[in-house]
Amino acid sequence: MNPARGSLLGIEHMEAAEILKLLKFARRMNPDHARPLLKGKRVMLLFYEASTRTRSSFEIAAKSLGAHTVLIQAMGSSIEKGESLLDTGYTVRAVGADIIVIRHPNAGAPYVMAQHIDVPVINAGDGLHEHPSQALLDAYTILRNKKTFKGLQVTIVGDIFHSRVARSACHLLSKFDVKIILCGPPELVPEIATTLAPGVRVTRHIEDALRGTDVIMLLRVQSERLAGMKIDLPEYIARYQMTPARLKMAKKDAIVMHPGPIIRGLELTSEIADGVQARILEEVHNGVPTRMAILARAMGKMR
Amino acid sequence: MSPEKTRTSLLIKGGHLIDPVARIDAPMDVLLKDGRVAEVAAPNKIKGGADEKFDARGLVVAPGFIDLHVHLREPGQVHKETIATGTAAAAAGGFTSVCTMPNTVPVVDSVEWVEWLRQPERGAVVNVFAIAAATRASKGATLTDFRALQTAGAIAVTDDGKPILDDSIMREALVLGGELNFPVVQHAEDTRMTENCCMHAGARSFRLGLRGMTAAAEASVVERDVQLAMHIPNARLHVAHLSTGDALKSVRRGRRAKARVTCEVTPHHFTLTDEDMRDYDSNYKMNPPLRSKSDLEAILAALADGTVDAIATDHAPHAAHEKEMEFERAAFGITGLETALGLAITRLHREKHIPLARIVELFTAGPARCFDFRGRGSLVRGSIADVTIFDPKKKWTFEAAKSRSKSKNTPFDGWSLTGKVVATIVGGRIVHSA
Repeated sequence: MNPARGSLLGIEHMEAAEILKLLKFARRMNPDHARPLLKGKRVMLLFYEASTRTRSSFEIAAKSLGAHTVLIQAMGSSIEKGESLLDTGYTVRAVGADIIVIRHPNAGAPYVMAQHIDVPVINAGDGLHEHPSQALLDAYTILRNKKTFKGLQVTIVGDIFHSRVARSACHLLSKFDVKIILCGPPELVPEIATTLAPGVRVTRHIEDALRGTDVIMLLRVQSERLAGMKIDLPEYIARYQMTPARLKMAKKDAIVMHPGPIIRGLELTSEIADGVQARILEEVHNGVPTRMAILARAMGKMR
Repeated sequence: MSPEKTRTSLLIKGGHLIDPVARIDAPMDVLLKDGRVAEVAAPNKIKGGADEKFDARGLVVAPGFIDLHVHLREPGQVHKETIATGTAAAAAGGFTSVCTMPNTVPVVDSVEWVEWLRQPERGAVVNVFAIAAATRASKGATLTDFRALQTAGAIAVTDDGKPILDDSIMREALVLGGELNFPVVQHAEDTRMTENCCMHAGARSFRLGLRGMTAAAEASVVERDVQLAMHIPNARLHVAHLSTGDALKSVRRGRRAKARVTCEVTPHHFTLTDEDMRDYDSNYKMNPPLRSKSDLEAILAALADGTVDAIATDHAPHAAHEKEMEFERAAFGITGLETALGLAITRLHREKHIPLARIVELFTAGPARCFDFRGRGSLVRGSIADVTIFDPKKKWTFEAAKSRSKSKNTPFDGWSLTGKVVATIVGGRIVHSA
């Protein structure tokens, strides 16, 4: 079965025009004055993995559009009793779900769901694979600050290997010919990352990565996903931590982004996190209108 | 074990016989009598009558195919497959003999279980040869009783599903196997390098966010095993489901040093690469995984030049509920018995121009040599009357739903193939005809 129309499984196979249309529509979304585009609809939030930002902003987005939301978390549900992914899907569909938003620790889980369930499935992050709503809200944030993707250079620093945010961001930015520089140690930024999308380059040197860049995206070292990989944290901090001195290497008007959660003192210092160039909270804020647009699109209401 | 011996005679007339051992690739008639090959002669030269005749005009007549690597799932996992259903699929795929792997529940690591597998109650329609566990419960710590297992009828030992990883255990296995002329079959995977991995490590696995098994995890174990085999008198090493170009290099090095090293390749590894999996379809998930294009090229070359001894299916049935789930959590393995010949003729013969005689060898004489099948792998007079008859030009579409296997986990559902089995004869008796 093909995924239901309106599903958002990943950025990789999304057309640039469709992305722009969605971002444009998101600008018209305001949670405080929203039309009830999803009135009476049921949005199931199926969260197999911990989340603060994504979950709460999908919930607020859905409610702002007039939908009911039901949150199902692995803990405290039948998932804990061993119910399979698809059986959970069939169950929430039978209950009356109109949209399924799914966050899952395994790459591809939303694809499996979408191939068997006849309602739109929205990927809220699947394993190491993709996090399309994050990439869209980051694109929204970049456009708010930079007006256009044209001529931009974006530097992503940190744990690319374990980052679904980085994969989705690379796919998205590449579609608009943005120059993308990935920076980090070989364990976290393997050379093969350059095959992800056209325009992606890898460097080990933070100076090289930051010189003349417009946007800096920082990523957390995901200790819970390292799976036996040994990362020397003091060494990582010495080489890659974002500090005021390093930020000076970038363009004067460069912005600093981070999908969160941030770990102060590790991938960035407090001066950066709280500094004037940081857009970290703006990203969180922009998550709501972006996800409103995603949900409206799922129900065919994006016009 | 062979099903009931027939007392009748069967004349296969008008076919094109390919028997690589006898160096025959010509029109020949074959007379089977009392479960043996009674006569092979030029067309219409066999005198005297036969109880039954088989019209093989336009068809290839070959020695019965031998599959060195199948999972029949008995004892213990009958929801996936039984010996009866698995051997029915084998017969439909042209296999007259299959070697069943010991990673069952419980593990086939004792004489009792080897004998159990061979009992007529299992309902086998083709010959089933047991490969017994190399270590107790395949835990890799203590060798099983090779001598007793061999006497009971086991044809080789392996811990398949898992590698024999420990250097000294592998050495001991090869030493003991060498003394007994008993092949040790290795599932070559350094599992220390493949934890939580579910496909080949490459650009595709990175893109999909799936942890990848490196080619080195296979190649390093094959290299170690070949090194051991080169220095142990009479040791017999068989590399199961070889999937990487680097492992082939080690096999060739061993051969040049006169080590007794053999290897098999699966149809899916000579047909698909890691780029072929779409939408996290777990019918593309198996171990070893689908590899890179360069690995596939190396395998094709090795199939053509003789480095590979056998095509083996690694038929690994799983129930739908064990496959239709998160890719990372789904079971490893695909079915393969009914698609092997079609894939071989389509990919190897028609696309890569490997001669049919070589393909027949990879299904017959090659595997027979790996594990010393006496009286099988050839149709010289006096051989056991196991025969596979196929139409090398027949186009057909494989439909998984119609498979004889209990399980339908295959990436080849709906594939158009050329080359189809027409009849499978075991011990002189037709057990499958299309």
